[in-house]
Amino acid sequence: MKQVVVVPTGTANTASVIAAFKRLDTEPVLAASPKAVEEADRVVLPGVGAFAPAINRIDQLGMREALTARIHRGQPTLAICLGMQLLCAASEESPDSVGLAIVPETVTRFGAELRVPQLGWNMVEPEGSTTLEPGWAYFANSYKVPHLPDDWAGATTDYGGGFVSAMERGAVLACQFHPELSGAWGSSLLRRWLWMEA
Amino acid sequence: MLAARVIPCLDVKDGRVVKGVRFQELRDAGDPVENAAAYEAQGADEIVILDVSATPEGRGHAVETVRAVRSVLSIPLTVGGGVRKESDAGRLLDAGADKVGVNTAAVSRSDLVAEIAQRFGSQCTVIAVDAAARPPGGWEVVVQSGAKRTGLDVVEWCRKATALGAGEILLTSWDRDGTRDGYDVDLIAAVAGAVTVPVIASGGAARSEHLVAALRAGASAALVASILHDGDTTVADLKLGLSRAGIMVRR
Repeated sequence: MKQVVVVPTGTANTASVIAAFKRLDTEPVLAASPKAVEEADRVVLPGVGAFAPAINRIDQLGMREALTARIHRGQPTLAICLGMQLLCAASEESPDSVGLAIVPETVTRFGAELRVPQLGWNMVEPEGSTTLEPGWAYFANSYKVPHLPDDWAGATTDYGGGFVSAMERGAVLACQFHPELSGAWGSSLLRRWLWMEA
Repeated sequence: MLAARVIPCLDVKDGRVVKGVRFQELRDAGDPVENAAAYEAQGADEIVILDVSATPEGRGHAVETVRAVRSVLSIPLTVGGGVRKESDAGRLLDAGADKVGVNTAAVSRSDLVAEIAQRFGSQCTVIAVDAAARPPGGWEVVVQSGAKRTGLDVVEWCRKATALGAGEILLTSWDRDGTRDGYDVDLIAAVAGAVTVPVIASGGAARSEHLVAALRAGASAALVASILHDGDTTVADLKLGLSRAGIMVRR
């Protein structure tokens, strides 16, 4: 049985992530230490709320280095929603905070002409990804990654223009949408990530 | 492009789904877990659970219900009813809710909206507003299942709640709730035109034409309850109707 270690970035929505992985016959547990993040077979970085509190929480837990290292090595890591934004260098949401800076991008807010947050199902269109399939995914975000970074495959989605809905490199998968809330399409994506080679 | 959402609503009392007319005359409508799973299978885009238990003992069941529904549900779950403090919201989110609806307590103390939004994020803070028409025009906020009129203007209240951080409005027409006369499209247009967050239309749906009218009036989603619980239609049928009317849905 695969073990899935979930980074405790905050209370909201962690329960849904854990429930989804239980349905896939895994044993999700919350990460107790930086060492657990470093050594785990599979790590999930969920995230809700704002950029600054989430990155501060990771720093308080001392997990910044462990996360950065495993993502640079391409070890199986799944970042969800705000978790994906945390891989970036910075965010308009919290200008004084420094992200994990795995990629050099800056996270930006959706345009003022749109209903924000984007809440609901939108179409994911893969770009060079072997893991992602086209389909409807559930989004709940006010900020987005504008450009797919160099050396990453991924997917784009249209909400008042294109934005990055997923990034993929090695066994690292970052999703702006919530695979754990995206029905059968999301479950099958989680299952494929679980079986990705490190 | 974002799809229009169809959201079944389960009113839950003491661990059972109930239904009524204008929030009264409640009748049993089954097990919440079975209902939620069946609606997901029909193509529901989200599930809303409103805890309408009258007593604190009844409220104790809500967390158990949320946990049980979450374990089978792979689409978003919003839970409202009886949220009076930030810690109430936290408890529901810990149990597996993705969004929390606040209603009466926010009317009494609007800072509650800001507290929940700052702690958990706007995307999981839903302001539930029950609106009753008032002469000569406009709507006022009603609370306590419609028993108490507040004098608060609905459009003003929605503006204020979103300024405080609410990320979505669940807008129920008290006049139409359970009547099957169709949504109050004037109410939807007034609120959707005044705020920039998504609005969920609620109260009065009987046919897919009603959903089409609400979505065209500016709603991002349509809440449905009694017509599904009575087996008069399915989520799949409603979505087929929307699709035929040229409204994009997830199918």
